[in-house]
Amino acid sequence: MDIAVIANEIKRGDLLEMYYYLRLTRSLEDRISALYRQGRIVGGVYTSHGMEAIAVGYASALMPDDVIAPFHRDMGAFLIRGFSPGEIIAQYLGKQGGPTKGKDGNVHMGDLKRGMIGFVSHLADNMPVAAGAALAFKIRGESRIAVAGTGDGGTSRGDFHEAMNFAAVRKLPVVFFCTNNQYAYSTPVRYQMAITDVVERAKAYGMPGEIVDGNDVAAVYLASKRAVAKARAGEGPTFLEFKTMRMHGHSEHDGAKYVPRELLEEWKTKDPILRAERLVTQLGYGDESYFHEVGERAKKEVDAGTEFAEQSPLPEGRETLVGVFATEDEVYP
Amino acid sequence: MTTATLTQEVSYVDAISQALDEEMNRDERVFLMGEDIGAYGGAFQVTEGFLKKYGEWRVLDTPLSESGFVGAAIGAAMMGLRPVVEMQFADFISCAFDQIVEVAAKNHYRWGAAVPLVIRAPFGGGVHGGPFHSECPEGWFFHSPGLKIVAPSTPYDAKGLLKAAIRDPNPVLYFEHKFLYRRIKAALPQEEYIIPLGKAEVKRAGRDVSVITYGAMVHLALEAADLLNKEGIDLEVVDLRTLIPLDKDTIYESVRKTSKVILLHEDNKTGGIGAEISALLAEDCFDSLDGPILRIAPPDTPVPFSTPLEEFFLPKVSDIVAGAKKLASY
Repeated sequence: MDIAVIANEIKRGDLLEMYYYLRLTRSLEDRISALYRQGRIVGGVYTSHGMEAIAVGYASALMPDDVIAPFHRDMGAFLIRGFSPGEIIAQYLGKQGGPTKGKDGNVHMGDLKRGMIGFVSHLADNMPVAAGAALAFKIRGESRIAVAGTGDGGTSRGDFHEAMNFAAVRKLPVVFFCTNNQYAYSTPVRYQMAITDVVERAKAYGMPGEIVDGNDVAAVYLASKRAVAKARAGEGPTFLEFKTMRMHGHSEHDGAKYVPRELLEEWKTKDPILRAERLVTQLGYGDESYFHEVGERAKKEVDAGTEFAEQSPLPEGRETLVGVFATEDEVYP
Repeated sequence: MTTATLTQEVSYVDAISQALDEEMNRDERVFLMGEDIGAYGGAFQVTEGFLKKYGEWRVLDTPLSESGFVGAAIGAAMMGLRPVVEMQFADFISCAFDQIVEVAAKNHYRWGAAVPLVIRAPFGGGVHGGPFHSECPEGWFFHSPGLKIVAPSTPYDAKGLLKAAIRDPNPVLYFEHKFLYRRIKAALPQEEYIIPLGKAEVKRAGRDVSVITYGAMVHLALEAADLLNKEGIDLEVVDLRTLIPLDKDTIYESVRKTSKVILLHEDNKTGGIGAEISALLAEDCFDSLDGPILRIAPPDTPVPFSTPLEEFFLPKVSDIVAGAKKLASY
């Protein structure tokens, strides 16, 4: 991206805050991966390693009362919405201190008070749900918007298409995105669809779409800002295709032998944190010592979070029975 | 109902329209979504005139896209609205199965988000609808924790239960029997009333044999009761009204009184609601039973189209009479 455009359109404080969230996401997920390798996490672990710029970029482009239905590699969005590293690690460890109190694991957490819709493993299920949240905003005449995303594989599901169609027909204030990280588990995009760019799918719904460099946090942020502004102005939904590369396996148990090593080597040089550091340096907003300082701060927060999560008790077995049905006082808002 | 001022008789389908209209008037969060519910007024005319009265953002015609619009209703419900979705036929609910059982049913349990959503689904046979317009899909959902399920048999219940469903903070599947739509009428109270979810009703008290049923089958059971009465067998008819939460107290009370029970439903037999109630009775009321637990339900086939086939498929009054006589002989 043109450095002058970035200097002009992104405030220094906003860019530096995004850099901090990139580092916090990386530190947190590295810790979670380590805990997994130590056998401390019993379930699946899906990270955003090498893709952190997407969630950090789009979540930074929103207002606090907008709603996010994240993809399962959007840890940065949770952090930006105020989920602490402690809560998140507790969630992975199945502890009481996690947002679901052990009812669900890993990134399957949500909290409507913080505008986060809980992820559903059935990819793209939350895209119609986000369209419905946007419908509620439109019916009530609010200026809020919803954002929802899935992966390249998720765009093959019917719910993706039904959501895109419904949102376009009703011009709903929603932004849809696809994290195109080139693999759905082991299946490459070429076996997922007969098109090269996922963004082609938007055309069928009369929806504007844009391809965005998903490893450039500034590009993600600015493209999201544009789409969000359109949605908020009543001009309907936009589809953003964030091009990136999944640098780990589907889950941490998966060595991803099916991915050519040279592809990973190529994308290593496009790492979103390195890219952001280059940008911050070019703009004169920070240098190596600043990056080190931010890294230390992130690590400290993750250390404190790990401590909190370890202290947090496991739920009692009988808590299984709690919460199947809601009571009236739990209805939003 | 005896002390209330009664209106002119209304049909079962009109009772449903009245409930929707009253709830939309009462609470501006209530809105409707479904196929052809706007200008056309719905396949069964339940929402006729609603578009004009409430406008296109409270009466939303949707694309032919059950999973999409159920998902959207879930999102709107989580944001504080009270959507009521119409399935054009209950059969099409299979397209939205994933959204209902994975998203709506589990959201509160998993991460605390209430989903106050109603899905109305016209179900049942006897209308020559064939395999895709006659199904009773309630059994699929009966097995999915997190959903409430309602299946009224009378205009009075249809209205009172729909109002309760709309006010419930959980996803409620409301199965309305389309055979009953225009075949039964009743005078309803002018005063507002609600029938709480989870309460069965004894539609006919009797001493000898209990029939536990719901939906259109309630009327078959009542007909059978009249015939059996002439032969000295006194049938008790328990209308479940709500399948989840299941009113075990009323079921058990009836069975403990009569000691003999027929489980009657229009959904096919294997793995149906009758099977579950049978197991509950075996677990909790074994000492009270004085005969085998009988199930009367259709065979395990799709609902066939041609008249003699559909007649063969559906439970008949004569099946209930024969079953009750068999039990009475124990």
